[in-house]
Amino acid sequence: MKHMLKYILKRLLIMVITLWVIITLTFILMINIPGSPFNSDQSSNETVQANLEAHYNLDQPYYIQYLLYIKSIVTFDFGPSIKQPNQTVNDLLSRGFPISFELGIITIVLAVISGILVGIIAALRHNGFLDYLTMGIAVLGISIPNFILATLLIQQLAVNLEIFPTATWRSPAHMVLPVLALATGPMAIIARLTRSTMLEVLTQDYIKMAKAKGLSPWKVIFKHALRNALMPVVTIMGTLFAGILTGTFVIEQIFAIPGMGRYFVESINQRDYPVIMGTTVFYSAFLIIMLFIVDVVYGILDPRIKMHQKGGK
Amino acid sequence: MERILEVTDLHVTFTTYGGTVQAVRGVNFHLDRGETLAIVGESGCGKSVTSNAIMRLIPDPPGKITKGNIIFKGQDLTAYSEKKMRAIRGVDISMIFQDPMTALNPTLTIGTQLMEGLKEHKKITGAQAKQKAVEMMDLVGIPNPEERLKQYPHQFSGGMRQRIVIAIALICDPDLLIADEPTTALDVTIQAQILELFSTIQERTGVSIILITHDLGVVAKIADRIIVMYAGKIIESGSKRDIFYRPEHPYTQGLLNSVPRLDAKEELKPIAGTPPDLFSPPKGCPFTARCPFAMEVCDKVYPVSERISDSHQVDCWLQDERAKRLMAAEVLQT
Repeated sequence: MKHMLKYILKRLLIMVITLWVIITLTFILMINIPGSPFNSDQSSNETVQANLEAHYNLDQPYYIQYLLYIKSIVTFDFGPSIKQPNQTVNDLLSRGFPISFELGIITIVLAVISGILVGIIAALRHNGFLDYLTMGIAVLGISIPNFILATLLIQQLAVNLEIFPTATWRSPAHMVLPVLALATGPMAIIARLTRSTMLEVLTQDYIKMAKAKGLSPWKVIFKHALRNALMPVVTIMGTLFAGILTGTFVIEQIFAIPGMGRYFVESINQRDYPVIMGTTVFYSAFLIIMLFIVDVVYGILDPRIKMHQKGGK
Repeated sequence: MERILEVTDLHVTFTTYGGTVQAVRGVNFHLDRGETLAIVGESGCGKSVTSNAIMRLIPDPPGKITKGNIIFKGQDLTAYSEKKMRAIRGVDISMIFQDPMTALNPTLTIGTQLMEGLKEHKKITGAQAKQKAVEMMDLVGIPNPEERLKQYPHQFSGGMRQRIVIAIALICDPDLLIADEPTTALDVTIQAQILELFSTIQERTGVSIILITHDLGVVAKIADRIIVMYAGKIIESGSKRDIFYRPEHPYTQGLLNSVPRLDAKEELKPIAGTPPDLFSPPKGCPFTARCPFAMEVCDKVYPVSERISDSHQVDCWLQDERAKRLMAAEVLQT
């Protein structure tokens, strides 16, 4: 337990450092993009602009600005948005994030469960019709970008057949198309990976041994094979989740979902500095935590991976 | 003696892209209760396929039992459904695998792996299963069984793991234990311990053992009877004495000559050449090409089984009366 605690503390420290690097890089990138939040305001004259800059501390030297950003992150108060009047960054996050999160989580659950199931079926029917069929579809799923798929889905299922609503985020029916569009790619990746690791695991002696014990095929697959086959799948899940959670922007745009992705991209276009920093920090922190969880799950799945031990078999 | 197993005219083939491999081509043997039968032969001779066929664990496709019967305690296993077979596996017939490092699932505790077969087949409470598991760990000689049940395979040494594999195989008190190269992956001192364990277990439980190996040292130690397989056929079978002291088939003689001996001054004599391709096995004796005594007939017709004694049987043309006469004549001439 002591080792475990030490490990977690060490990981937390690394997470903080990672986050700091991200913040710093974002800050450097941000001040280097040409333009300022007030450039596009034609009405403003130079005095007004100077006043505005002073109001948002943009007239300060960079290192002061940098320290101010760090302070805002530590206190988790990103201040007011420059472009959205009377709204703080925290307001935007607390409004947008739950929706993005909902979309992301439903997508992930769907992608993981169906991906793994399809992968198992394909592995069990190795070189059979179902294997070729599912893997063929999976290749399509990986190759087609989600925004193309989204438009196709809208055209066929929403416009032509009128089964699902075209856009917005109000009821479960509204969720179907965006979730499908977003989940297909990761689902295909997970299915292919599960299939290949499953095929490898199924040839192992301990699977033969499980069969020799007279266990049912169900137990052989889910108790003995799947757990071992999931290791590589869990590994890629961290990055896949990041892809889903950040990749929601395009899908949110297409389906007019009022999530976080919109603020993320708009803030960059409009040079809305506090929002850029807020969303970036938020996403990064979220991703780093996800990766940490993946590592913990890894240790639970495979007892050989002891988080507090160095090396060893 | 009660006959546990009778295998008659067993044929197993594997269909691959390259064609059909005839892995086992008409194998006959039997096994009595409490007996240890060794199947020896080099890699690819069909010994493992034969044992997998008895368990009906040949992956189908590509493998298939095309002909023959496997009579286990009076029932023909080749006619059994997969479901009926599952009730036999692990309960009546168990199997031990070659490499204990890979035979145990790395993600499950030893206890789970020991007890799951028991729980699957017998109506038993968790406490009873645990008690039986502890008993088995004791039987195979693992200290602190209670503690060790909670551990994972990587926390055990190779020899210990093989003991666990044996415990798993024996937990439902099977009548037949098939051990596929059980000591090959272990170092010599551990090998001896494991062989010792087999003898002890057989004494206590009366289980019949089929031992598959290419190690004649192992065979000499624990087998009652020996079957020598070559290219999917049994070319010689007999009691341990028959095979070790009066080997009749040139292949068996070759095998014995290629065993290193501490007291021998001469060099080892390996058998030259390689076994035939089983995509299109030869019509005659498959050993012809490597046999120092090969005759014209060997290549053309497979020899009839010759009974040398009640226990000893060999498939070789050299046993034919005519060959014996001819050989004598040749020797006289020179």
